[in-house]
Amino acid sequence: MRDALAILAKDLRIEWRTREGISSVFVLGVLLLVVLTVAQDPSPETAPTLAPGVLWAAFVLTGLLAVQRGFLLERENDCLAGLLTAPVDPGAIYAGKLAANVVLLAVMQTVVVPLTGLFLHLDLIPRLPALLLVCLLGNVGFASLATLFGALATRVRAREVMLPLLLLPLLVPLLIGAVEATRAVLVGGLAGASGGLGVLAAFDVIFAVAGWLLFAYVVRD
Amino acid sequence: MRRLLPPLTGLVMLAALAIVFLVVPTEADMGIVQRIFYFHVASAWVAFLGFFLVAGASAVYLWNGSPTADRLAYAAAEVGVLFCTLVLVTGPIWARPIWGVWWTWDPRLTMTVVLWAIYASYLMLRAFGGGDAALGRYAAVLGIVGVLDIPLIVVSVRLLRGIHPAVLTRQEGGTGLVDPWMRVGLLVSALALILLAAWFVDLRVRGARLDDEVAALRRELDARRGEVA
Repeated sequence: MRDALAILAKDLRIEWRTREGISSVFVLGVLLLVVLTVAQDPSPETAPTLAPGVLWAAFVLTGLLAVQRGFLLERENDCLAGLLTAPVDPGAIYAGKLAANVVLLAVMQTVVVPLTGLFLHLDLIPRLPALLLVCLLGNVGFASLATLFGALATRVRAREVMLPLLLLPLLVPLLIGAVEATRAVLVGGLAGASGGLGVLAAFDVIFAVAGWLLFAYVVRD
Repeated sequence: MRRLLPPLTGLVMLAALAIVFLVVPTEADMGIVQRIFYFHVASAWVAFLGFFLVAGASAVYLWNGSPTADRLAYAAAEVGVLFCTLVLVTGPIWARPIWGVWWTWDPRLTMTVVLWAIYASYLMLRAFGGGDAALGRYAAVLGIVGVLDIPLIVVSVRLLRGIHPAVLTRQEGGTGLVDPWMRVGLLVSALALILLAAWFVDLRVRGARLDDEVAALRRELDARRGEVA
């Protein structure tokens, strides 16, 4: 637990000192929102119905880049190898990396979610608590799988294309759950969102545990 | 047993063709095109068997590092993707006359295409991941995560709109398998495809072992050449 916190602090410190990852992720997130909205040319009436899909597509594509960048940093100067020679359980490394990714993605969400509301004419304020829950569950589920496969994809050849190739099909249930839950939350609050939230919660638990158990097989040499 | 597999596969396959095209009566609502059902559903079963075999063999490989388990996982993924492709080809051939469209985002169709993509990406990782010895371990992790994803996909796609017939599980769509020969036809064609898949998997596992043996011999040869020089 303490080791995981140390790794989280290290990753956040690196991020804070360069601010390179977070700023590129911000700009990319906004860009994707613009591109995905413009491509569908919505009328003012249909715009709100596009919001869930646009929001989560932008989140997933931006998140892929953020996570991949985190692991490419570890490759420089063989940092991950150094981390592995430390007397730290691989499960703790996974937990620390996962927490760092969740924080990074949450910061990105605080910009992308309000902008989605602004671009697509949604009044998010009354829906905010329910929406925060959906965003958090989606974030943790995405980061659980992305942390495992980020570590994996940076260790094989053709790594740039390998992460999206492996991750996107596995993320489809998360995407469906998040989009359906967001849609339900935007029209009527948490009551109608139980199906989507259930999928998200199950996804989070299954892949956080699987990632924690399987991470050792990915990083061990 | 291994010698018997090809002729046995051929015999059962001929029997399946004879039953499906000569014995089974034509379905009342859909007509002749319904006969593709016997190969479509049987292929889907074989694809699922293949994907679960990938996960089982992957778990064994992570547990004890057996090279046979590694080769078995790879072969099962190849055969699973092959039969999943057959499902995705035979489905639209039926859907076009019955639904009027080749494709729709019905839960079962979405699930099948997502599963296909997961295991196609598994084959990509195997093919283009480089010759690293750790690649088998990475693939095994993906094989296990892939099968964990299946129940989540099944539950999540239920949130989508659906029109796919479910004649076996919910007796919905079409007139059902009213004639007993329809059930026989489905079971015999499933058996034929399972035998075919087993034969393919066996061939691929043996092929992969020969590849490894050739690579080992080549390394030894290079080492001896080095000694002579």
